[in-house]
Amino acid sequence: MTEQHNHLLAVLGAGVMGTGITALALGHGVPVVLVDTDEEILARAAQDVRRQIRQGQLLGKLPRDIRHPELRTVTDLDAIAPATAVVEAVVELPAVKADVLARASALVKPGTPVITNTSGIPVDELAGHCARPEDAVGAHFMNPPYLIRTVEVIRGPRSTDDALGRTLALLADLDRESIVVGDGPGFVINRVLQRMLNESARIVQEGIAGPEEVDALFRGCLGHTTGPLATADLIGLDNVADSLRVLHERTGDAGYEPCRLLLDKVAAGDHGRKTGRGFFDYGS
Amino acid sequence: MRTDPVQAPTPTTPPTERDPIAVSATSSPQQNTTEIETGLLAFLESRVKVPVDPETDLFASGAVTSLFSLELVVHVETAYGVAVGGADLTLDNFRTVRAMTALVGRLRADTTGGTDA
Repeated sequence: MTEQHNHLLAVLGAGVMGTGITALALGHGVPVVLVDTDEEILARAAQDVRRQIRQGQLLGKLPRDIRHPELRTVTDLDAIAPATAVVEAVVELPAVKADVLARASALVKPGTPVITNTSGIPVDELAGHCARPEDAVGAHFMNPPYLIRTVEVIRGPRSTDDALGRTLALLADLDRESIVVGDGPGFVINRVLQRMLNESARIVQEGIAGPEEVDALFRGCLGHTTGPLATADLIGLDNVADSLRVLHERTGDAGYEPCRLLLDKVAAGDHGRKTGRGFFDYGS
Repeated sequence: MRTDPVQAPTPTTPPTERDPIAVSATSSPQQNTTEIETGLLAFLESRVKVPVDPETDLFASGAVTSLFSLELVVHVETAYGVAVGGADLTLDNFRTVRAMTALVGRLRADTTGGTDA
């Protein structure tokens, strides 16, 4: 729909978010190089991207009248060198993100925004691992990125106007609404949301209410379209646990320590919607 | 929205219309409208929990979620040998069995028109 500014987006990590961000970009005519270490994951992601673009078009959330550039999937990180922007969407483990960001940021031209889709690791902490910390910005997309328009954009203390401006321009071309906030563990959304998900799981663990009751209250009384435990299932319980650890370690606030029920589900492989079962059953 | 399943004596599909299939079909083995409708209703019956008639608004009635809608598209494509894309990829084309049937009819006509020359 919009005039594209010759973007070439490098997306790092072909998991749930990397795949969704790729669908969002291609769906708006922005070419993508999608990087992962695993060929099989890349092959699955390529199929999912096609399905998600159609889903977005069907629901009127992606334009129906543009040509979609080819998706390039690679295992060789060097392929991102010509990118005009990098979106990092690897697993929410600080050491893994640090390593990927260090290598990726060294490959692209100075001034190329290096955008982390971290759920809650402070942007400045990750920027410290980048070749040029001033090019690092946070963009916390919601899942699925091609259906939810608003993006939480995080300006780190070292992010330059230029890096932020280029990030906002890219997001505008992807028809996203950016809300810019400051840096800190969990930023705005996950500082509140992860705590709520953990408490909801703890309520189930203590037998105070079942998942259905918890979610029915948030939907019925507070008008949430999705209850907290269905939200946790959609995010992925493994990711929720990782995010809670990140917040717990960085705030020292015991309320963020992932509760036993959540950890048990992760250990059992019940990671939510993506594995067919979490707090609710999705009939895999 | 008003097609409540309780009042569902489907007056819109008289069973007598099933017979002339062979007559109305041209040389191709394509099903006619009634047969497509019947097939789609059978598919939906096996997949959704509420009764559906050809005019039921599948989304407004809650019979079909927005996530299932793409499955519906894929079913229509594979079962009837058509490709749905571009401007046709809208929920309105999949809102009712009748709308899907019309879409299949139109896409097939487009294809036939193009290859018959």
